[in-house]
Amino acid sequence: MVGYTEKIKEIASRLLKECTVDMVIGFRKGTMPMMNEPCFATTPEAIDTLVWDSNCGINLANYLTNRKEKVAVIAKGCDSRNIVTHIIENKIKRDQVYIVGVPCTGMIDKRKITGMVAGEILGVSETENTIKVQTADAETLFDKAEVLQQNCALCIHRNPVIHDEMVADAVQEQTDVDRYADIRKIEEMDSEDKWRFFDDLLSPCIRCYACRNACPLCYCPTCFVDEAKPQWVGKGQDPVDVRTFHFLRAYHCAGRCTDCGACERACPVGINMRLLTRKLEKDCQEQFGWEAGLSLDQRPALDVYQANDPGAFIK
Amino acid sequence: MTLVKIDKKNWAEGLKAAADAYRLYGPVKGKDYHQFKALEKGETPEFDMVNTRLSPKALLFPQSEEMLEYSLDESREDHHIMKAVARDNTPRAVIGIRPCDAKSTLLVKLNFDTPEVKDPYWLGAYQNTTFIGMACDAPLSTCFCTTAGCGPYHEEGLDMLVMDRGDAYLAKILTDKGKAFADAAGWKAAADDQAAFESGKAAAEARMVSSIKTDNLADTDLLELHGAPFWDDIAFACLNCGTCTFSCPTCWCFDIQDEVHGKAGVRMKNWDSCMFPIFTVHTTGHNPRDTKTQRVRQRFMHKLKYFVDKYEAGIMCVGCGRCVRQCPVNIDIRRVSELMNSFKPADACAVQG
Repeated sequence: MVGYTEKIKEIASRLLKECTVDMVIGFRKGTMPMMNEPCFATTPEAIDTLVWDSNCGINLANYLTNRKEKVAVIAKGCDSRNIVTHIIENKIKRDQVYIVGVPCTGMIDKRKITGMVAGEILGVSETENTIKVQTADAETLFDKAEVLQQNCALCIHRNPVIHDEMVADAVQEQTDVDRYADIRKIEEMDSEDKWRFFDDLLSPCIRCYACRNACPLCYCPTCFVDEAKPQWVGKGQDPVDVRTFHFLRAYHCAGRCTDCGACERACPVGINMRLLTRKLEKDCQEQFGWEAGLSLDQRPALDVYQANDPGAFIK
Repeated sequence: MTLVKIDKKNWAEGLKAAADAYRLYGPVKGKDYHQFKALEKGETPEFDMVNTRLSPKALLFPQSEEMLEYSLDESREDHHIMKAVARDNTPRAVIGIRPCDAKSTLLVKLNFDTPEVKDPYWLGAYQNTTFIGMACDAPLSTCFCTTAGCGPYHEEGLDMLVMDRGDAYLAKILTDKGKAFADAAGWKAAADDQAAFESGKAAAEARMVSSIKTDNLADTDLLELHGAPFWDDIAFACLNCGTCTFSCPTCWCFDIQDEVHGKAGVRMKNWDSCMFPIFTVHTTGHNPRDTKTQRVRQRFMHKLKYFVDKYEAGIMCVGCGRCVRQCPVNIDIRRVSELMNSFKPADACAVQG
């Protein structure tokens, strides 16, 4: 993805100059290593701050919800699938959004890398296949493949599925990826072990809702946990309420989640809630042959009835 | 003020002795980060960290705290009568709190302990607690405490400040509470090494790489700052999650909820966040802070302007850098304070004109 930044600036500049769009949504360089900040550009100065590298893990489709302007958005594979979902779900009109597609080779896992080096990370730089991490005392070189976010390591749709223009030629898609090895392990547990596993998984949750708010799917005007009339869920730290939030949110994403990884990336306490959404993704695939966000012409699995839908669970 | 030397091999023993008189709390590493928790018998605080991921504010202001309880069982004479929940008021000591977090308790105190209102929950916990600080010799690049009203060896809010001298700790006893704790721990070996504190402090401060400027905030017109042109740009990335407010040692907002299970009810207070849209929703459904920009502006204006004007005690921030490190979209209070502090209302007029 080296070299994308200049191309993105060029495209953004043209789109704004020709009045194709009113604003361009992208990333600007963060103030910390391995962090970039979503931003909008409407001026040449702002365009100049746009950047693209392996630290653009936040899903920019999240910033399109209910927008009124005509916008261009820089979209990697997963973002593009969420844009498809947004269009299907009437959260934005197709002709209102200009999709600048980014063939993506994956985002790096900030927490994983932090755990792999001693001392505070002061700088991170990258080439096509390597990540160089600098601390006060050492410089460590990693293969990018070994420090990818897990969702990126498992990604099979790196190229945008929908776009108006591409930043570069398509990258090779990963094949022979076993997306569900960890999910199968959980499926094989007996119910007591599963209970313990989920208890442990969710116990650090502080209910900051960063996962929900980073998720482009979570656009309900009032989330069920925020409802007050009637109140559905307790607001304290009762584990029943914490679990209810996570399980129900995951179900609400069933057949819609593209495993962009924004939820896990956003979590301040490192919960891998993708284990829940990926189980539902697996079920959707096995039972309905459905993968979210690949086509504007097909209704999502849980949105439509078909005569051959599996019915074995109805007793 | 007295200095005592604590041989590291007497450290655990001292804490064990102190545990007879105090409930001890300290930083302990969980799955992948440190947090403050009650220390088990014989457990010692773990200092292989710069600071805990979440602030220790929960020690005085738990995320979820039961205040009152009641019964809805009408066969009971005391049904529907609110009663105070029993609290453990025995002394406790927090071992290894960083100076920034200790200073934050004094900022929070301005809210929970006023001449008119005294919050019995926060204040009760505060009064029962002795704060044993651990000086910070290796601040992170995101720490900016020295320009946020404290520093790596700052003493405000502490009863004792401990510094690491290799094979020994050197402790500075700052208050009577600190003295009582040293007595309970049997730490009595007087030392005369004030110079060590001075040089440790100077070295730690020299390692600070981040700073903020706040000198113009008090004199900048509040409404002009409120109407400054940069808020949409700052707020754009914000997810309106509670990460910054929940990890902040000085954010004190809470919400009160009643919860009933069967016939037993409790009234509890829970952390709340000005980042959440429902924080300000009125019962009419009207929300005076209905947009993301309004909410983000509220957070920074509270910390860097309203608090400054109201209390004249500096900013509502101790520079611990947690919000900088934890924000999922990298909204950085250092950048925001720079924009706010350098803002000149006249410039805004010029742009508009």
